[in-house]
Amino acid sequence: MTKYLVNRLLTMMVSLFGVTVIVFLLIRLIPGTIVEQMLGTEALTSYETIASLRRYFGLDQPIYVQYWEWITRVLQGNLGISWRTAMPVLQFIFSRLPVTIELTFIAILVAIFIGMPAGILSALKQNTWLDSLARLVALTGLSVPVFWQGTMLILVLSLAFQWAPAMQWVSPFENLVTNLNMMLLPGFCLGTASAAVVMRMTRSSMLDVLRQEYIRTARAKGLREWVVLTAHALKNALIPVITVIGLQMGYLLGGTVVVEEVFGLPGIGRLTLWAIFQRDYPTVQGTILFIAVMFMMVNLLVDLLYAFLDPRIRYA
Amino acid sequence: MPENPVLDQLTIPKSNSFLRWLTRNRLVLPGLLIALLLTLAALLADVISPYDPMVVNVMAAFQPPSSQFLFGTDRFGRDLLSRVIFGARVSLGIGFSSVGIAMIVGGFLGLVGGYFGGKWDAILGRIMDIFFSFPLLLLAIAIAGMLGPGINNAIAVIAVVYTPFFFRVARGPVLAEREKEYILAAHSIGVEDRRILLRHILPNILSPIIVQASVTIAYAILTEASLSYLGLGTPLLTPSWGTTLNEGRTYLQLAPWVSIFPGLAIMLAVLAFNLVGDGLRDILDPRMR
Repeated sequence: MTKYLVNRLLTMMVSLFGVTVIVFLLIRLIPGTIVEQMLGTEALTSYETIASLRRYFGLDQPIYVQYWEWITRVLQGNLGISWRTAMPVLQFIFSRLPVTIELTFIAILVAIFIGMPAGILSALKQNTWLDSLARLVALTGLSVPVFWQGTMLILVLSLAFQWAPAMQWVSPFENLVTNLNMMLLPGFCLGTASAAVVMRMTRSSMLDVLRQEYIRTARAKGLREWVVLTAHALKNALIPVITVIGLQMGYLLGGTVVVEEVFGLPGIGRLTLWAIFQRDYPTVQGTILFIAVMFMMVNLLVDLLYAFLDPRIRYA
Repeated sequence: MPENPVLDQLTIPKSNSFLRWLTRNRLVLPGLLIALLLTLAALLADVISPYDPMVVNVMAAFQPPSSQFLFGTDRFGRDLLSRVIFGARVSLGIGFSSVGIAMIVGGFLGLVGGYFGGKWDAILGRIMDIFFSFPLLLLAIAIAGMLGPGINNAIAVIAVVYTPFFFRVARGPVLAEREKEYILAAHSIGVEDRRILLRHILPNILSPIIVQASVTIAYAILTEASLSYLGLGTPLLTPSWGTTLNEGRTYLQLAPWVSIFPGLAIMLAVLAFNLVGDGLRDILDPRMR
């Protein structure tokens, strides 16, 4: 286990380094330099101003020096200052974090409580019309663009109940009812595709396990079918499902950008988008790096959990 | 994977039993039909569209669906049906070309990396890992946000984020395949590496790549729609599905049809390619059945 852990951590460090390089190079993709972007079309800017701005952003330095200075600051927890709000980027991110975390949490619950039962049922009724229907519904769930699903739900609810997305976000600790009233629908939209993924994984994993010989053994020794299914089949079938759920959490971190935009929720995703359109590059870099690191942490935990649950992995 | 069930299955169909082979999964054929119809609509957009999707007719703004405008009209009086048909051209065009690039680049790197192994394989693998360290949509949004909107930019962004998937799908089977005896035999009679790769290994790893391509086209269409909806994909005037949905949100209550039909089109297209990919995987990989 230790060897596996060390190995896993080492590869993660390499990836982490790569991620910081990509995030650093990201703003190099903009046409022109940051300075030109800032100055826009102001033709009157003198050559000295441009030169001093270039110096200010360190653009006169070789690129590896620029990276080194940036990464030392980042490692000290300094993601820079937002150009538009003059707020430290990290503080900016933390102020938006609760929304994104709550949204992801609700979406995961949706995925588990819809996806797992549907998958188990589908596997037990394999090749019946119920199975086909469940699989078609799951595929449709995977195919619906999340922003369109959100828009349609808003449309229906606003026509039927005069419901409208709330203007101001309220913390669940302040007023749970108001909070859930605004978060449940976005959470459901975000979780739909994941529910479909979980359903499909549960189904195939369950089918896989049911074909194993130890299940035949369990049945042969006269265990009741219910015991065979829960104590023997389900317990093992759920291991890969847990992995998939973990991986979905990472996917959801990307999906929140779209959902937060549709429902006007002040989370990190919408902050990223706002920063992109405002050309607030420190905030763009900060949010993307932050989400990527969160994503890697989740993946690490999932891998460790998997190795813990399935001994075949850690002794391989 | 000691034996590759995917490959053994793929060799079974003869041309006359192809249809029966395809119908082993009930959902492949409908998916294939819808995908073909949409592709045809995209190709023949100029012929079958009732109106020019770009022509502004202010007198006909916000017309609800009627016999004259089947899907209604938008803020500028542009016919929505025509915009949805031309949207198929934009969305499928971006989907096919980006996935094509990702498949060729990722597939080639996976093939070469897996076959030769060693230092370059390790380096390639690490680079792909870095891409897998980002939530895919976020990476696409980040790159597209920096490059700015544009059809070519959208294609580039989507190709980049999906290349690692093809690398993985190609590399895995190559590792299994290169250890087999027929490769050893080919080596021993002095066949050169390039020939072994192209003539012996490539045909044998093609089926997982095709399945991956079909599923990836579905996701590429979805990614393009998301980017365009956020204002980061196709430019504003383009009649793409995502862009039209973006325009529709400001007058959702007033003209809901502008938000309904392009979304339905996206769903149908994504579902079609998902059905094909899923069905093919189902047929090719007996473990999933």
